[in-house]
Formats: sequence, structure tokens, C-alpha cells
Amino acid sequence: MNASDNHNNETIISTKDLCVWYDDFQALIDVSMEIPEKSITALIGPSGCGKSTFLRTLNRMNDLIDCAKTTGNVYYRGQDIFQSSMEVSELRRHIGMVFQKPNPFPMSVYDNIAYGPRTHGIKSRAKLDDIVERSLRNAAIWEEVRDKLRQNALGLSGGQQQRLCIARALAVQPDVLLMDEPTSALDPISTTKIEELILQLKENYTIIIVTHNMQQALRISDGTAFFLLGDLIEYGSTDVIFSTPSDKRTEDYITGRFG
Amino acid sequence: MTRKKEKTVQENIRRKRVERIIHGIFLMLGLITVGCVLLITIYLVISGIPAMRTIGLKEFLFGQKWASTAAEPKFGILPFILTSIYGTAGAIVLGVPVGFFAAVYIAKIAKGKIKWLLQSAVGMLAGVPSVVYGLVGMMVLVPGIRKLFKVPDGASLLASIIVLAIMILPSIIKVSVTALESVPPEYEEASLAMGATPIETYFRVSVPSARSGIAAAVVLGVGRAIGEAMAVMMVAGNAPNMPTLFESVRFLTTAVASEMSYSSGLQRQALFSIALVLYFFIMLINAALNFFLKRGNVKQS
Repeated sequence: MNASDNHNNETIISTKDLCVWYDDFQALIDVSMEIPEKSITALIGPSGCGKSTFLRTLNRMNDLIDCAKTTGNVYYRGQDIFQSSMEVSELRRHIGMVFQKPNPFPMSVYDNIAYGPRTHGIKSRAKLDDIVERSLRNAAIWEEVRDKLRQNALGLSGGQQQRLCIARALAVQPDVLLMDEPTSALDPISTTKIEELILQLKENYTIIIVTHNMQQALRISDGTAFFLLGDLIEYGSTDVIFSTPSDKRTEDYITGRFG
Repeated sequence: MTRKKEKTVQENIRRKRVERIIHGIFLMLGLITVGCVLLITIYLVISGIPAMRTIGLKEFLFGQKWASTAAEPKFGILPFILTSIYGTAGAIVLGVPVGFFAAVYIAKIAKGKIKWLLQSAVGMLAGVPSVVYGLVGMMVLVPGIRKLFKVPDGASLLASIIVLAIMILPSIIKVSVTALESVPPEYEEASLAMGATPIETYFRVSVPSARSGIAAAVVLGVGRAIGEAMAVMMVAGNAPNMPTLFESVRFLTTAVASEMSYSSGLQRQALFSIALVLYFFIMLINAALNFFLKRGNVKQS
């Protein structure tokens, strides 16, 4: 399926007949999807529908689950991410991730941001300073933490921690950002800030976001994909999905009749 | 109606009383532990002080010669103190790196059967009685050192250090593994999601997050090493020399254990003073342990 509204943008990630099993349970069933570059794609659906599994498969974070088995293909810029020549750490550097619960490391704000670049071999103090400031600015949190760079990141508020995590993900200069319900643990004001930030990030990054909040999907996303019991039911431009869905189940879900 | 109410009130009073009695019993059982510690402390202080007074604190702690049964007895325990410190330090230097990397491997890398095998082995190592460590050391290590280094007697500080290093491994590994396993998986996920490799993640995120637990593990190892008597008695040779690596040495613990059975008078009192010094070291180590554990808790909250 294809998000019709964004056909002017090139496809950056595509999946073909993607299936994921956890032992005997099939969490994703033949999902084929094309995600356009520099856009926001929302994945919606009731809990257990496979949307998080789908997200975590795109940068192979699902490899960490021992009982997970994957078939089908995922292409990132035309490259099959499951082929043996694919370096997983390199893939994840390009496809970053922000998690549901803000998870800054128990270190200083500065060290949190510098972690990624340092891992990838940047040692120069000046360069790191530069990356830290730029990443924090891009995540719209620089003004709030510029005087707290040496303080432990766990002392920040939940909303600040989540933006810090976004900054940390940006510091390795990814191409795609996967976000797994990034605002579900936050209050409405922090949520608004993060949503504004996501809209800004669209300029330079491709964003794929899992959300339980239909309003959020409607507010920020360009394309929306609706999952149910491991099936991709419907995928199209957000306007269309939310105004004239073609599948009855999509309509039931977005109007709150189940899920 | 009122009757029923009265009954409930009485029932409530009865239940409260039972609660209070049970509470009292538990408190008493708890106080028994405190009482034991207090009793030991008081007993050691009372019986340890006189000899220090007679001999003189400086003479006792810093005297380099111990000749308790000589015609003109000397009671300097510096050799024992230094042996205990060197022996423990040596065991830590040898044991901590091995234990630390083993713990990282068990907690983070090993899977399935290998993990099970390693964990069972560590558990069994913890359960081996110290006299068995001593016995194996005596039969294998002591002759081995004699042949390898061509020294007249293998019973030495080196043999003790090796035995102690092996003995402290289980405590170091177990506590470190627990600390490493309780690192929130979200930290590791975040690191992996930025393109760090698993090994980078373990050493740059997991280990720093678990550092207070790992520090506690090391301190626990120090405590175990400094308090061990039986195993070292069997491999140290027990001559009251100032410690050198290949010579027979005597630890604080073995000094007490080896002479207690036939001691009398000032000699016996001096042995109690040695125990008091040892007790003081253990207290220091416990304080350090509490410090590290507390710091870990504060950080997590």
C-alpha cells in the first residue's frame, strides 16, 4: 500500500510480506507498506495489533527478543536490512528510536547527548560541544538545559527527559526516527511541546510514530496506517483515513467503537 | 443491635491485642540479633583492651616481632596486620578482574545452557567449605609454588593470595550479576538503538549504571578475604614473619586461631586484642559496604 498524498516524496522504507512471530504467535501478517521520506507516518490500532512490533522491526530492535522470528523483506533506501552484509549497528545509526518511557542514561545531560557521537568515534571536545548544543537546539530543549549540562539527566522533568532522548537520538544524525508512543507517559503540555517538535523535525527527518492517541495522529501525521491483529488494514493519507476510511473496521476504530 | 455492636468492638479489641503480641515477639527476635552483636563487641573490647594497655598500643600495633612464648615475650602484631592487608589486596587484584568479567558475561552475554552452567558453578564454588579450599591449596598449590619458583617451602603469602582470590570469586560474581541484571533494560535499548554494539553497551551503559552494586561486591570480597581463617591457615605456613611473597606468613585470623588452644596469661589477652583489631577492620569494611549500597539506592530513587 502507498500513502497517496506523499507520492512526491521518495520512498525511504518499504516492507514486503513482512511477518513476525513470537514463538507460535504471529504478530504481523504479510505487511507490505511504503513509507515516504521527510514525512510523518502514524501507526495506529488497538493494543496488541502489531504496530509496535512493526516499528521495532524497522531498525531490527526486535532482534533483541529471543523468540522473535521474521520473514519477508524490509528495505531501507533500497537495501534489504536482513541481508547478512547489513551491519545492524550501522542500520540503527541511520534509523534512530525514541521510546515510550523517557529513558535517559543516569549520567549528565551532556554525556547523554555525547554518548552516541562518542560511540561512533568522535573524541574532539569542540566537536562534541558543537553536536551537544545543536542536538539540544534541534530538540527544542537547549534553553531549558543550557545551564544544567553537567547535572544528572534523571533530575529533569518527564517532558524534558523525553525531549532530551529525542536530542540524544538526533546527535548521531539519523535519517529516520522511530517513535514508540513518545508522549503516552507525559502530561498534555509536554505532549504539545513534543508534537510541535515532531512537526519541526519533519523538515529534515522521516518520522514514523506509533500512537494510541487518534487526535495526535490527526494533528501531526501525513500518512496513517491502521493495524488490527497483525494485519495492515488500511494505509493512506491521514486526511482520507480520518474522513473517508474505506474499511469498516478502520471507521469503527477511529470513531471509538472499539479499541 | 447494640449487642452486636458490642461484640464487634470486643472482637476488634481482641484482634488488636493479638497484633500487638505478635509484633512484640517479632521485635524480640530482632533484638536477639542486635544483642548478639552488642555482646560480641562489648566482650571483645573488654577482653582486648588489657593486653594493649600492658604492652602499649604503639608497641602492640607497630611492633615487628611476635614471640609470644619466648622467655622474654614480644607482642608486636604489625606482621599480622600487614599480612592481612597484603593478602586481601592481592586477592582483590587477582580476583576482581576475573570476577568482574565473569559477571558481565553471565549477566549480559551468556544465554541458555552456558549461563545455567556458569551460574551453577559459581553457586557451588560458594558452597565449598573453606577447609576444602585449604586442603586443595595444600596438596596442589603449595607444592606447585615450591617447584615453579624453586623456593624451599611453597606455603607462603602467594599461596594464600591465590586461595583467597578463588574464594572471593563467588561473592564478587553473584553480587555483580545481581547489580548488572537489575540495570533497566531501557538504558541498554537506548544505547543499542543509537547504533552502539552490545559490548559497547554493556561497558558504557550497563556497568556504569551498576557501579555501586559492583563496588559493594568488591567490598564484600574484601570482607570475605580478611575474615577467612581456615583456608589460609593451611597454606600460609603461619610463621610470624613480616610479609614477603614467598615466605611463610601469619594473618590476623590465623594468629588468633593457631595459638588460642595453648595460650595463657598475657599471651591469651594479646590474642583477644588481635581479634579486636580484626573486628575493627571488619567494621570499617561494613561501613564501606553500607555506604556503597546506600549510594546505589539514592541514585535509583
